[in-house]
Amino acid sequence: MAWNEPGNKGNGNDPWGGGGRGGGDQKPPDIDEVIKSVSRKLNSLFGGGKSGGSGGSGSGGSGAGISSGLLGAAVVVLVLVWAVSGIYVVDEAERGVVLRFGKLRPEVVQSGLNWNPPLIDQVEIINVTRVNTRSYSRDMLTTDENIVNVSIDVQYLIDDPVQFALNVRDPELSLDHAAESAIRHVAGGTTMDRVLTQGRAEVAAEVRERLQRYMESYESGILISQVTFRNAQPPDAVQGAFDDVIKAREDEQRVQNEALAYANRVVPVARGEAQRIIEQANAYRDEVVARADGEASRFEQLLAEYEKAPRVTRERLYIDAMQSVMTNSSKVLIDVESGNNMFYVPLDKIIEQGNASRVANTPALTPQQLREIAEQVSRESNAAAADRARTQSTTRGVRP
Amino acid sequence: MKSTFAGLILFILVVVASDSVFVVKETERALLLRFGQVVQEDLQPGLHFKLPYVNTVRKFDARVLTLTAEAQRYLTLEQKALVVDSYAKWRVVDVMKYYTNVTGEESRANNLLSQRINDGLRNKFGERDLQEVVSGQRDLLMEELTRELNLTVAEDLGIEVIDVRVKQIELPLDVRSSVYERMTSERQREAQQLRSRGNELAIGIEADADRQEAVLLVEAYRDAERIRGEGDAMAAATYAEAFSKNEEFYAFTRSINSYQESFSNKGDILLIDPENEYFKYLNGSEVQ
Repeated sequence: MAWNEPGNKGNGNDPWGGGGRGGGDQKPPDIDEVIKSVSRKLNSLFGGGKSGGSGGSGSGGSGAGISSGLLGAAVVVLVLVWAVSGIYVVDEAERGVVLRFGKLRPEVVQSGLNWNPPLIDQVEIINVTRVNTRSYSRDMLTTDENIVNVSIDVQYLIDDPVQFALNVRDPELSLDHAAESAIRHVAGGTTMDRVLTQGRAEVAAEVRERLQRYMESYESGILISQVTFRNAQPPDAVQGAFDDVIKAREDEQRVQNEALAYANRVVPVARGEAQRIIEQANAYRDEVVARADGEASRFEQLLAEYEKAPRVTRERLYIDAMQSVMTNSSKVLIDVESGNNMFYVPLDKIIEQGNASRVANTPALTPQQLREIAEQVSRESNAAAADRARTQSTTRGVRP
Repeated sequence: MKSTFAGLILFILVVVASDSVFVVKETERALLLRFGQVVQEDLQPGLHFKLPYVNTVRKFDARVLTLTAEAQRYLTLEQKALVVDSYAKWRVVDVMKYYTNVTGEESRANNLLSQRINDGLRNKFGERDLQEVVSGQRDLLMEELTRELNLTVAEDLGIEVIDVRVKQIELPLDVRSSVYERMTSERQREAQQLRSRGNELAIGIEADADRQEAVLLVEAYRDAERIRGEGDAMAAATYAEAFSKNEEFYAFTRSINSYQESFSNKGDILLIDPENEYFKYLNGSEVQ
C-alpha cells in the first residue's frame, strides 16, 4: 500500500521491484531468497542438525530415521506457512490486481477475504474510492502577457486499478506534470482579468477537461474528479498597484457620495430660502394691501365728515397738524424782512448740540437750551436791527 | 559423507533450477540472449525458461516513462526570449532496437530524446510569435512536435513518444521586471481613470446642486417680485379709488399727515417766519 500513497514519490517508482506486496503484513521473500533459505535448511538437516553446517560431522548414519521424519514435518510446516501467507483481506474501498508469474490475471480481486498462492502470484491492492488532492500554485503568463499567480487544487481518484498499476511509471508524478502543463495552457489562453475575476470557474472546468484528456492519453487509470480554483492573484511585485485600483474604485464611490451629500445639503436649504423669499413677498403684498385698505377707509370716512362741514374741518385738521409739528420739533421764529439784512444763526451749533444730545441718549434740546438759543438769536437780531435802524434811520423792527 | 554429498547435489540442482527460470512482469519487456546474441525478442509477460549460464535475459521497463527537460531559453519569431521547460511521455515499443541502438539504458534514451525535443521546440518557437506560442497554437505546436518526433524515434531509438508538453512558458527574469512595471502602469492608469470618473461625476452632481440652488432662488425672487407688484397694484387701485373722490382734500390731508411725520423729531429745526398763516393769531386776534 505504501508505494501508492500520494506524495510518497521516493519509493513509488516500481511497485514490483521492491518486493513489497500490498495486502498482507508479512513480506513474501524473493524466489531466490526462499530457495536459498530452503536449501540452507535442508543442508543443515542433512548435516545432522548442526547449525552453521561446516561439512564434516562424526555422527552420520545412526539418526537417519529420525532425520527423514523431521524432514517430512518440516515440509508440512513449510507448506502450511506458504499456504497461510497467501491469505489477505481486501477492503471495500480497494481492488486487487494479480500478477501470476508476472502476467496479469484478467479478473480484479474484489473486497473480502482472499487467497492467492504466494510466490506465484503478486497482489497489488489499490484504493479506488478515496479522493486524493494535489495542490499547485505557480506564476504563469496570460494571453495578454501579464503574469498571474494561480493556485489550483486537483482532486482525483484511481478509476482503473489495472491501468494505474501497470501502465505508467509513477502515475502521480505524471499527474503533477500534466496538471502544471494544463493549468499554464489554460491560463495562457485567458486574459488576466478573466483569470483574476469572473473567468475562474471556466478556467477550472477547462483545466479539468484538459487534464482528464492528458491522463487518458497516458492510460494512467486516474480520473480527475474535480478541479477547484483556490486563488488567483497578481504577483507580489504588482500587488500594490492592484490594491490601489480597488481603492480607486472605492474613491470613485466616495467622491460621488460626498457630492451627493453636498447636493443634499444645498438644495433643500435653497428650497427653504426660496420659500422664505416668497413668504416675505406675500407678507409685503398683504401689508401694502391692508395698509391701502386702511388708509383708503380712513380717508373716505374723514371725507364724509369733511363734506358735511368743509371749512371748519379743514381749519381744525390744519391746526391739529401744525400743532403736532410744532410740538414735536425745535423751532426758531425769525421775524426779519428776508433778504434785507444779515444775521447769524448758528445752525451748525444747534444741530451739533442736537446730535450730541442724541448720541448721549439724552432728550433732544432741553427747553432751557432752546430758550437760551432763541434768546441769543433774538438778541443778536435785535441788535442788528437796532444798528440798521440807527444807520438807516428807519423804525422797522419786530412787528407790534 | 553420503548425506553431505546428497546435500551438495541438491544445492547445485536448486541453484541451477533457479537460474533457469525467470519471470517477465506485465510492466516489462525482455530479450533472451545466447552468449550476447539475441535469440528471442519481445518476450511476453509470464514465466520463462532458459539455459543457465548460456542464456542471459535483458529486461526493460515497458511502462510510460517521463522525460523532464530542464528550463531552456528559446527565442520566438519576434526575437523575444522565453524560458520554457517541458516533459515528454514515451515508452519502449521496439525492444530489439531499443537494446541495440540505445543499449537499453533509460538515461541514454532520455538524453537522446531530450536533444531532439530541444531542437524541435527551438524550431517550433522560432516559427511563431509570442502570442501564438503562449495561447493560440500551443496545442498545435505540441501535436506537430510529437508527430515529427515519432517519424524518427521509432526507427532510431525503438521508442514511441506519446506526448510532449510544455509546462512553464515564462519570461526571463530581466524581462519580468519590465512586465511588472507595465502591469503596474496599467493598474495606475485604471486607478486614475476610476478616480477621475468619480471626480467627474461628483463635480457634475455638485454643479447640478448649485444650479438647482440658483434656479430655486431666482425663481423665488421672480415670484416674490410678482407678488409684490400684485400687492402694489392692488394698493394703488384702492388708493386711487378712494382718493379720487376728492382729490383736493386728499392732497390736503396727505400733506398735513406728511408734515406731521416729517417733523416729528426734536432735532428737526424749523426756522419760521411768524407771518406764516399758523401764527396769524400770534400777531393779533382781530379778524383779518
